[in-house]
Amino acid sequence: MTDGLSPEDNFMRKIEAGEKIEPKDWMPEAYRKNLIRQISQHAHSEVIGMQPEGNWITRAPSLRRKAVLLSKVQDEGGHGLYLYSATETLGISREELISALQDGSAKYASIFNYPSQTWADVGAIGWLVDGAAIVNQVSLQRTSYGPYARAMIRICKEESFHQRQGYEIMLVLAQGSPEQHAMAQDALNRFYWPSLMMFGPHDAESAHSARSMQWKIKRETNDDLRQKFVDQTAQQIEVLGLEHPDKDLRWNEARGHYDFGALDWDEFYNVINGNGYANRQRIEHHVQAHEEGAWVRAAMQAYRDKQRVRQQTTTQVAA
Amino acid sequence: MSQQTLDLYEVFIRARRGLDHKHVGSLHAEDPEQALEYARDVYTRRSEGVSIWVVRSAAISASQEDDSASFFDPSDDKPYRHATYYKLPQAVDSM
Amino acid sequence: MDNREAHVADSQAETLRAATVSYAVRLGDDALVLGHRLSEWCSRGPFLEEDLALQNVALDYLGRARMYYSYAAELEGQGRTEDDFAYRRDARQFSNLLIHELPRGDFAFTMVRQLLVDVFNTLWLEQMQRSADQTLAGVAAKGIKETRYHLRRSHEWALRLGDGTPESQQRMQQAVADLWGYTHEMFEMDTLEQSLVAAGIAVDPRPLRAPWLQQVTSILTQATLSVPQDGWAVRGGRSGYHTENLGHLLMELQSVHRAYPGVSW
Repeated sequence: MTDGLSPEDNFMRKIEAGEKIEPKDWMPEAYRKNLIRQISQHAHSEVIGMQPEGNWITRAPSLRRKAVLLSKVQDEGGHGLYLYSATETLGISREELISALQDGSAKYASIFNYPSQTWADVGAIGWLVDGAAIVNQVSLQRTSYGPYARAMIRICKEESFHQRQGYEIMLVLAQGSPEQHAMAQDALNRFYWPSLMMFGPHDAESAHSARSMQWKIKRETNDDLRQKFVDQTAQQIEVLGLEHPDKDLRWNEARGHYDFGALDWDEFYNVINGNGYANRQRIEHHVQAHEEGAWVRAAMQAYRDKQRVRQQTTTQVAA
Repeated sequence: MSQQTLDLYEVFIRARRGLDHKHVGSLHAEDPEQALEYARDVYTRRSEGVSIWVVRSAAISASQEDDSASFFDPSDDKPYRHATYYKLPQAVDSM
Repeated sequence: MDNREAHVADSQAETLRAATVSYAVRLGDDALVLGHRLSEWCSRGPFLEEDLALQNVALDYLGRARMYYSYAAELEGQGRTEDDFAYRRDARQFSNLLIHELPRGDFAFTMVRQLLVDVFNTLWLEQMQRSADQTLAGVAAKGIKETRYHLRRSHEWALRLGDGTPESQQRMQQAVADLWGYTHEMFEMDTLEQSLVAAGIAVDPRPLRAPWLQQVTSILTQATLSVPQDGWAVRGGRSGYHTENLGHLLMELQSVHRAYPGVSW
């Protein structure tokens, strides 16, 4: 049934029929590049995202919170690994991906350039940042590239506890002492708007959006996903008994959605362009760990090479 | 020192006894032994498996999915290999 | 049994119970402090796979600390919780072995420490599974499975890094030298443990030194590393006499909890 179709047409036929594209399939070079950009950016976000929460592992205020946070941050690393693994099926190596992160040519979610200043930030990040990520990832379970879709399904299954543990932290703080309540409100105020920006610029201004939608790499637009998140978060804030940071938030009966205030895109680009509190720190942290591990990786390789020579010698002696 | 020098391994996990091993992803390791351990640490953090296989990605020979016409279509015309091909009287149709 | 005998029996049971509480707390301290050091590696591992693997080990220790502390709290019966033990005691009240509190150092230091501790723990937990105290025996039965895996890892890392490059070998040898003097304390017994050993609750660690040394020597030799002379020994963790490192560790660990006393988290 594919007889006579050009590779391009066959590719588009699969996309339109909702079939997955698999690693060995022919794909347009631009599709491959676009995927590498998006999946690796997603992977880097998971890995860099370990830092702001990791910042509180050694100070978590109870042993239960400490165990939960440690396993949560470990999960983020695991998700980074699933996604690197999906990216590698596109014919690029982990090493190349890491270099691109470290030299700044690959991006990660700008939200992680905000500092985690108090314990409540750990709650806000789990609830809002992971919450926003989940809205996006649920949609990406239907992405057209097979390995990416499968990684997303796996990640979504594991992420549900991340958002719940974050919300639980906020709930305890919001209902706790006045100081704890204030800490929760402050974290909400600081992380609410940047979470909304995680969905990216408005559709009209998004550089990659249209083609990604056409190729079904992205399945829903930035603005639609953002609206979903605004809608689900409104009630969650109410249950916490905290003040909503958006004074313009109104239920719109006709639309069946909340109308919400304007986002400060100047701040968004300001942070992306290097003026966030932690941009340099995040990359330096990553580079430092990578460089400190260089001798370990070198030793592993040397050991493996020695083992191979030993095995060959043994085989020769046996022969 | 590059990560590329570590081999890429594909990971397969048997979720429960009686099921097949299923591909779950890949990872980098120095040797099969270490690949098994990392597979345990990375892919079974929630008791997802009772058995793990790892195999060097380079050792896998794969059919080209775009060749699937010549590879798999020939079996499309053999419906008689499927149970539903045979119409039996209702009384014995649970066979 | 007359009243006097009954009274003596009660008071002996009471002493044993109090000793078991202290024993569980020191085991909890060991697990918490080492787990904390391992958790410091999070996002700092030499590569992603190893980062995740290290956190699994950290989580095992953290889980163990919680079981020991919860048991101590329950046995003590004074309404304390696991967090009271972890967050509301000062360094001098902690009774972990010193080897656990030393800073994480480089990856060689971390792995050599794991190796020395893992070999000890496999021997020790093996016997603790037969403790007359059912709870401690249960924790050991769970712990031995974890620890066998930890040892498999630290053993393999010792080989790779010891027999890797000149730099890795030098780092490993340095770590062995820096840690050796802290290992002697693992095989010593104080009066508290003596009383519990007599009751079949605790394990006498002294006879474990010979098999430990044999295993460690065999692994280090295989890894082309030399075993240091027993020239120096630092001891005191069990009686609350610590290196300067523990104070800093606890200050960080307890900072949030102590800044807002009496609230829930």
